[in-house]
Amino acid sequence: MMALRRRAFGLVAPGGLAILAVLAIAAVSAAPPLAAQEDAVAAGKVVYDRWCAECHGETGQGDGSAAASMLPRPRDFTQALYQIRTTGSGQLPTDADIRFAIENGLPGTTMPGWPNLSDGEIDDLIVYLKSFSRFFAQGPAPEPLDFGSDPGGGPAAIEAGAAAYLTMLCEECHGLSGRGDGTSAPTLEDWRGLPIRAADLTEAWVLNGGSSVEDMHTRMLTGLDGTPMPSAIDAMNSGVVSPDEVWQLAHYLASMGPREMPPLREVIRVGRAEGGLPADGGEEAWAGVEAFYFPMSGQVVQLPRNFAPTVDGLWVQGLHDGTDMALRVQWNDPSNSPDSNWDEWQDKITAALDLDGAEPIALDSAGAPTVRPPDAVLLQFPFEPPEGTDRPYFLMGDAREPVYLWTWDSEAGVGAGRGRGLDSVEPLAEDPVTGEATWEEGRWTLYLRRPIEIESDGLDFAEGTPMPIAFQAWDGSSAEVGKRSSVSTWYYILLEPPASSTVVVTPLLAMLLTGAFGLVLVRRAQDRRRDG
Amino acid sequence: MRSHFWNRSAALLGVVAMAACGGGGGSSEGAADDAGEAAPAAAAVDPASVGTISGMANFGGMVPTMEAIDMSAEADCAAGYGADGPMAQNVLVSDGGLANVFVYLSEGVSGAPAASGAAALDQVNCRYTPHVLGVQSGQDIEISNSDNLLHNINATPTENRGFNISQPRAGITSTQRFQVAEVMVPVRCDVHGWMQAYIGVVDHPYFAVTGPDGSYSIANVPAGDYTMTAWHEEFGTMTASVTVTAGGTAAASFDYNGEMAGADVPMGDALVLEHGTNRIRVERTQ
Repeated sequence: MMALRRRAFGLVAPGGLAILAVLAIAAVSAAPPLAAQEDAVAAGKVVYDRWCAECHGETGQGDGSAAASMLPRPRDFTQALYQIRTTGSGQLPTDADIRFAIENGLPGTTMPGWPNLSDGEIDDLIVYLKSFSRFFAQGPAPEPLDFGSDPGGGPAAIEAGAAAYLTMLCEECHGLSGRGDGTSAPTLEDWRGLPIRAADLTEAWVLNGGSSVEDMHTRMLTGLDGTPMPSAIDAMNSGVVSPDEVWQLAHYLASMGPREMPPLREVIRVGRAEGGLPADGGEEAWAGVEAFYFPMSGQVVQLPRNFAPTVDGLWVQGLHDGTDMALRVQWNDPSNSPDSNWDEWQDKITAALDLDGAEPIALDSAGAPTVRPPDAVLLQFPFEPPEGTDRPYFLMGDAREPVYLWTWDSEAGVGAGRGRGLDSVEPLAEDPVTGEATWEEGRWTLYLRRPIEIESDGLDFAEGTPMPIAFQAWDGSSAEVGKRSSVSTWYYILLEPPASSTVVVTPLLAMLLTGAFGLVLVRRAQDRRRDG
Repeated sequence: MRSHFWNRSAALLGVVAMAACGGGGGSSEGAADDAGEAAPAAAAVDPASVGTISGMANFGGMVPTMEAIDMSAEADCAAGYGADGPMAQNVLVSDGGLANVFVYLSEGVSGAPAASGAAALDQVNCRYTPHVLGVQSGQDIEISNSDNLLHNINATPTENRGFNISQPRAGITSTQRFQVAEVMVPVRCDVHGWMQAYIGVVDHPYFAVTGPDGSYSIANVPAGDYTMTAWHEEFGTMTASVTVTAGGTAAASFDYNGEMAGADVPMGDALVLEHGTNRIRVERTQ
């Protein structure tokens, strides 16, 4: 049986003469000044080969040497499928759209912004990128859609937008709370057939098309080509939602979480609880307690690296009562692992990623993994109180300087351990940490509790003394086990001392003394200048 | 035959071809739901110069068992099926006839009338109707939703520009077109992973999709010698030679059996522009 392939244009080819004639016409009608165009392509290639080819590949197919570790994969320019556009679904992007992605990067992916490139370099690069695909050589330059104008935000608009969210059935993929945990989320694939996440709309700073109301509105009407995110334009044009309601929906999306990444805070301040410590992670008891955000990134120092971590940050709250301390840690993870709905997702992730250095996965007779790993988080502290700024190695310490670990996973629960590096963790026999975790609509809430001072394991928290703390997290359903984790750098946790009179008076005194000393210094300096 | 010219040229080529042939075709009758009026530009068919091709996609041997589709997530859709529930549609055999085979003239066509009328693709009980659709390049495809729930129609061609449109309610219609020939364009719904359709795009109206009994018929084909290609989603492609005589009916049938499963099933070839040249490289995934 001969597999005869479709021939793109041959079916209407009337013969060689016509082809020649057409080629002649094409040569004449090739409007752009060819010399300038060729210069731009050549200049763009220099920029591309230097900065882009390692991920996107020399031939632009998104298959550079680093690509196999990345999900989503780098863009394949030959297909001219661009997620971030102002044009209709399936349309080519404008030059400005391509520039937007180069300048800002695509948050939530491995594509960074490129502030090092000049405007001229980006111009040349755009010409070169477009030359990878024949589609740009066809037809007129793409035109942006008419997005209309924003009727305005405010509580009423947000409420109407929340209704439109349900009318448009956004929750099928993005989940009711917008954390990317919808029913269809585990089955989503990009145009290559690789697993792709429904965006977590509560973390707007990792949305790859920008986080403003206008950005959200644009993404809904254009869709994100190459991904499952469709264009809502026909639903709008057929009256399922009105143009104003699409804007209101954009306002609602923009209200689902902070617009920008919360500012980095070095120190978790664990305040003194009024009226006892919370007994669990419930919302009521923690409502007024300040939450500190810590960004997480994939562990890429040791093999196997994790360039596409699920957990990209966590929120920490703390309270103590002078005897015990309690922490609440929250992070978004669309799967409560192990969850059989996500088994296929896990297998697709395993197949898609270059897991060089990973432990071989044990398979049963049917070829399915025998272990479906749980979700996990750990908090690490130095075993000894630090001297100066010296802290153990941030990847769970080393042989010389071990770390004390509070561990939790969705199967074994809470425990304590001693870490001497990512390979070496031993549980501690004395286990003073207790706690529990709940998962709801794509978010884990972990409650931890422990005496502030204990004799057995050597780790004491002293009120008023900052203690280093760092985090690590795993999403089992995304095949995150062992070294494939999210990690943070070191921060501090500080148990605030009681608000006694000395606490208030001492800083005041210090401020007064400092001020007086400064005045003296200034006077002397002025005197010296006068004398000189 | 591999084409080596700019696609811009290819787009113009179609225009030149049409002009050169003087609209030598006629009213067309595709096998799908696109039987419509003749395009105004096309001259009337001279009945004395056209014939019909008809035949069967035959299936011999054991018919593969289709997997049940778990539609429990969409109770409204699942309710639309009988006691056995919804089954996959990859291989549909009835009385020895294989349905959903896309047959088309792949060589020998030297001109064709412009596309006329619209083809229709519906979503009914969380499945595409039809499962395999043939259209002419440039022809309108009206995609509608008979289910009162969210579908997205995600078409992923390689020769054409794709689209991905949401239809969150019944009654929405989206009109799309593919500009150049491509066999086949996969269409899927990301909300319902089991939903899959295929659209065959060719440059002329001489195509059909076999019906439930495996039969097909293509009318108004200009007399001449042709190669026909038959495409099936599990069994790949096979070809047959056919000679159409004026006023006659030519027969062309295709024989399948279960052992052909797992064949190379062509989707649109990826064409890659070779840098610094006017050449287009055809990437084949074999």
